[in-house]
Amino acid sequence: MGLFDRFASVEQAHTEVKARVDDPFGVRMDRMLSATEAIIGNRPTILVGTNNYLGLTFDPACIEAAHKALDAYGTGTTGSRIANGSYAPHRDLETALADFYGRQHCMVFTTGYQANLGIISTLAGPQDFLLIDADSHASIYDACRLGTATVVRFKHNDAEDLDKRLRRLADEPGNKVVVTEGIYSMLGDQAPLKEMAEVKRKHGAWMVLDEAHSMGVLGPTGRGLAEELGVEADMDFIVGTFSKSLGAVGGFCVSDHPQFDLLRVVCRPYMFTASLPPSVIASATEALRQVRKRPELRTQLWDNVATLYNGFARHGFALGPQMGPVVAIKLPSPDLAVGFWRALLDQGVYVNLALPPATPQGTALLRCSVCAAHSRLQLDKVVALTAEIGRELGVIGTEGLRAAG
Amino acid sequence: MGLMEREDVAVFEQVIALLEPFRKADSAITRETDISQDLKLDSLAVMDLMMELEEKFDVTIPLNLVAEIRSVGDLAEAIRRR
Repeated sequence: MGLFDRFASVEQAHTEVKARVDDPFGVRMDRMLSATEAIIGNRPTILVGTNNYLGLTFDPACIEAAHKALDAYGTGTTGSRIANGSYAPHRDLETALADFYGRQHCMVFTTGYQANLGIISTLAGPQDFLLIDADSHASIYDACRLGTATVVRFKHNDAEDLDKRLRRLADEPGNKVVVTEGIYSMLGDQAPLKEMAEVKRKHGAWMVLDEAHSMGVLGPTGRGLAEELGVEADMDFIVGTFSKSLGAVGGFCVSDHPQFDLLRVVCRPYMFTASLPPSVIASATEALRQVRKRPELRTQLWDNVATLYNGFARHGFALGPQMGPVVAIKLPSPDLAVGFWRALLDQGVYVNLALPPATPQGTALLRCSVCAAHSRLQLDKVVALTAEIGRELGVIGTEGLRAAG
Repeated sequence: MGLMEREDVAVFEQVIALLEPFRKADSAITRETDISQDLKLDSLAVMDLMMELEEKFDVTIPLNLVAEIRSVGDLAEAIRRR
């Protein structure tokens, strides 16, 4: 039996896609011109498919901070957080994040993926239960597989279904740990956190909230959806990432649990991996400072969100249910989505192509993300080109614009 | 037929009915039918199907068990056990 036999259907699907277009999963950014533009092949391309919500990847202060750290601390730590890999910058960033969230404790992980993997697989043990949203990110599913707890899925964003499942577990003595996300990465919809917090409280469960796409984006000070909806007190553990609003890579978890620091010596994805290079910690630290000091970044982002979302809506595209920095265009088939994606790229617009099984309910999506640094001109151009291709491919009609519904 | 057997058949028949949309032409669904190989279901669709079955039979099928369910027979058994 061949080593990769069990991937035969994926291989076939991928081959079929590659026969039609250049590999959509193998796009190469040849040169970066700014947070919003790159050269792909020979073509200047507007980037509308990143997670660079605040456009801080080319911020001069963030870059300067990284330079200074490179000079002071070298290229990498070459060690784990529990060995030689905890430098002053790592500790200081943990303090800064804990302070930002108003919590006692913070752990910084090497990636957001590892933060989820580590926290979720470690918090719940063999007698416990993990309750996860059906549309959870791969890192959450993988954490469930890695862990030893019994795993139950509940219907996406459905507080009633969560309630039902917790009720079914009422006679089980173990801990119940609910995991949900602030903003979901494919459709950009938000969790009904108020209702879920009520359910969680009612059943005496624990709650882990992944604010990966909502930190720096929602809430008066940018702490995320929990702050926005006033339910921070119900979130026992908040997980986040440096790879979106903070423009780097890395992850963290904050909490007030008195034994939180114990995780540092039992959480394997924290212990058995090298810590982040100090230059990455430095740029993330500066980016966090900017999230706190520059609320106009958030205002600008939401301004741009409205431009893109409403622009698409006016032309009649089927979009995700809520406005947000992730704007997804739903398309009737994977085939059409691939063609649309390619046509956009050929015209100098890069968006993410999302196909089943990575998408909820077998949908095919053009997943766009908005950046605070996008100009009005860029966004108008993106909307116009998308509408043009949409008409050519028969996704939207030719009757012209209609009022946003 | 004993009570256990009758219950087993009832569950099995309901499962087959739910799997009908995913049946490949020219092949019947039997207990031996492999869910991911013989039916038109990718990994996410399998999980969504599980949720439908949980709803229909008012049971909880932990994700940990789903990993061990390969055939339609396995599936019917997992439901019957809850």
